Amino acid sequence: MAVFTPPPLPSEDKRWKIVNGTMRKNGFARYALIETLHTVQSSFGYLDDEAIRFVAQSLRVPLSQAYGVVTFYHYFTLKPPGKHTVTVCAGTACYIKGADKLIGAAEKKLCIKQGQTTADGQVSLMVARCVGACSRAPVALCDGEVVGEMTQNQMLEHLERWTTE
Amino acid sequence: MTIEELEQIAKAAQQEHGKYDYEVNVCMDLACASQGAGALKDALETAVQSCGKRVCVRRTGCMGPCSHGPLVRVDPEETLYSKVNAKNAEAIVSSLGGAPVQEIECDLSDHFDRQVRVVLENAGYIDPEKIEDYIARDGYKALLTVLTEMTPNGVIHRVTESGLRGRGGSGYPTGLKWGTVAKAIGDLKYVVCNGDEGDPGAFMDRSVMEGDPHRVIEGMAIAAYAVGASKGFIYVRAEYPVAVSRLTTALRDARRLGLLGNGICNTAFNFDVEIRLGGGAFVCGEETALIASIEGKRGTPRPRPPYPAASGLWGKPTLINNVETFANIPPIVRNGGKWFFNMGSERSKGTKVFALTGRIANTGLIEVPLGIKLREIIEVIGGGVPGGHTFKAVQTGGPSGGCIPAEMLDVGVSYDALLKMGSIMGSGGMIVMDDTSCMVNVARFFVEFCMTESCGKCIPCRAGTAQMYTLLSRICTGVGTMDDLELLEELCSTVKEASLCGLGQTAPNPVLSTLKYFRNEYTEHILDKRCRAGVCNMAALEVTV
Repeated sequence: MAVFTPPPLPSEDKRWKIVNGTMRKNGFARYALIETLHTVQSSFGYLDDEAIRFVAQSLRVPLSQAYGVVTFYHYFTLKPPGKHTVTVCAGTACYIKGADKLIGAAEKKLCIKQGQTTADGQVSLMVARCVGACSRAPVALCDGEVVGEMTQNQMLEHLERWTTE
Repeated sequence: MTIEELEQIAKAAQQEHGKYDYEVNVCMDLACASQGAGALKDALETAVQSCGKRVCVRRTGCMGPCSHGPLVRVDPEETLYSKVNAKNAEAIVSSLGGAPVQEIECDLSDHFDRQVRVVLENAGYIDPEKIEDYIARDGYKALLTVLTEMTPNGVIHRVTESGLRGRGGSGYPTGLKWGTVAKAIGDLKYVVCNGDEGDPGAFMDRSVMEGDPHRVIEGMAIAAYAVGASKGFIYVRAEYPVAVSRLTTALRDARRLGLLGNGICNTAFNFDVEIRLGGGAFVCGEETALIASIEGKRGTPRPRPPYPAASGLWGKPTLINNVETFANIPPIVRNGGKWFFNMGSERSKGTKVFALTGRIANTGLIEVPLGIKLREIIEVIGGGVPGGHTFKAVQTGGPSGGCIPAEMLDVGVSYDALLKMGSIMGSGGMIVMDDTSCMVNVARFFVEFCMTESCGKCIPCRAGTAQMYTLLSRICTGVGTMDDLELLEELCSTVKEASLCGLGQTAPNPVLSTLKYFRNEYTEHILDKRCRAGVCNMAALEVTV
């Protein structure tokens, strides 16, 4: 049986070495698929066709299966995020305390729907299932930072700052 | 690592603490950290340097009453300060040895007095990134005792005797599960910790993993010894980056001290743990789906049997328990099964951690003996509904649970009682709703959740939840009819009976329980085109009628 040689790195970009490192650490085993995709997403911010193809080939996973995994898990995104991201938590506690109004206000302000990025690539509006900060509901993550008991005005201020910078 | 060495570490850590007259503990859990606990801790450290007293400033995990954060507790007096900011640091430090700072001192004795802390015994007392802190509070003692003095059967017997039931939701007896895996034939077995806390509105497991990570690891190691496993996995949500980093640190420290690895405590027992990241799929809380996810596949459940205890991860016998279940193990081993058995109600033993949130004064994390009345949790520990609103319902069990109305508040919390009321214990989310919440809309919220989280494998769940959502949306927008309601009820029973896994089987619970207790709200929406809470937008009415 021919010895398997993993495909070459897609480019000189150093981040591919990090991705390759995750796969090597797991002996290029198929079960490392999700781990590796996490590494790709944390390094590049999203998963594009090139990345999925590279990971699938390296781990000898059918491309269809790799794509199936990527689209199954909500955490993975196929679109590049905007420069800033606001993630509104839509867990039960946040919902009870009016997260839908925050989402509505942001959608109106940015003229996009949840899950989208503004045309200029400045702001992405995401919705999370629960970030685990339920005691301070409603919660939003502004570029990863937890803002608790957020009001619509606070939301609009944040967005105003980001869209006009 | 031997017991003597462990005791030396504990002694050294206690001596280190003994050097200080005062300990200033700062809660650095997510809720407090998001309100500036980091800057507060820095300010306290600066203030301590120039105060001339012997003070230790410590970062701790969640202390509990998050709505009062950022929290600071000064020991040995156990003075609790609430809503502290960096500007209060000087005052706190200079008050040490004198009267407490009045303006921020808070008395939450009602909140704390009814609680019994087993899983959370270290929460607020140890630095989660210091293994010595954990060892100083009897950490890893249970593991080493088990390895040197007990047989695997003895451990299983003790867990069975305790009456502990799985804390992930369904309440399967833990001892029985361990016994089954122990008896399963196979040289390679796995222990898996389910930290995929997908239930929106619950954060108990996050707090335990972040605030006391070693407790989970110790529980897993004891389980591994009991069932004959040598490899463990902790499956954590990727949305909990702090939990991942704390667990990573904890695993590294445990390996460094020889509490994980080969030949632990000079015995033939080998055990190590790896972390696996979840991908944000609620269905992965189901054990067969979780196994698929660890194997790098889509998290779709498969029919059982075979149960994971016989054929789990890579076809090997696998023990899967929830974070909180494992966290209960070290104290049970240390104090004996009877001690645990004596807490709780008739068929639900021990304590349970709940994440109390929603329209309630004291939101946060609580741990209560099972059997406690819901009223006590909400009115005394939770401090009641604020803002002059009236209590309407408490939701337990997340998307798989139900809404419990005010007239049922005098029922004691137990697995069976909650099931009887049309809800479930679930992982421990407890969301309080007042008159500003519309119960039809709440049901729609949960059905939408289940609809988007359905893995799509079986039709009753995939198509059924979507149809339920459409019907509920019609009712919420004022175009629903009484026929819709009938169809909805019929669909509920189909989805419940015919779905493959727990997600589908329990998805109708929020609808069924609200129909049972708040049917009048449904009929008001349909017949009077009125939403009494003012949540549902009935504007569609004008267009369609």
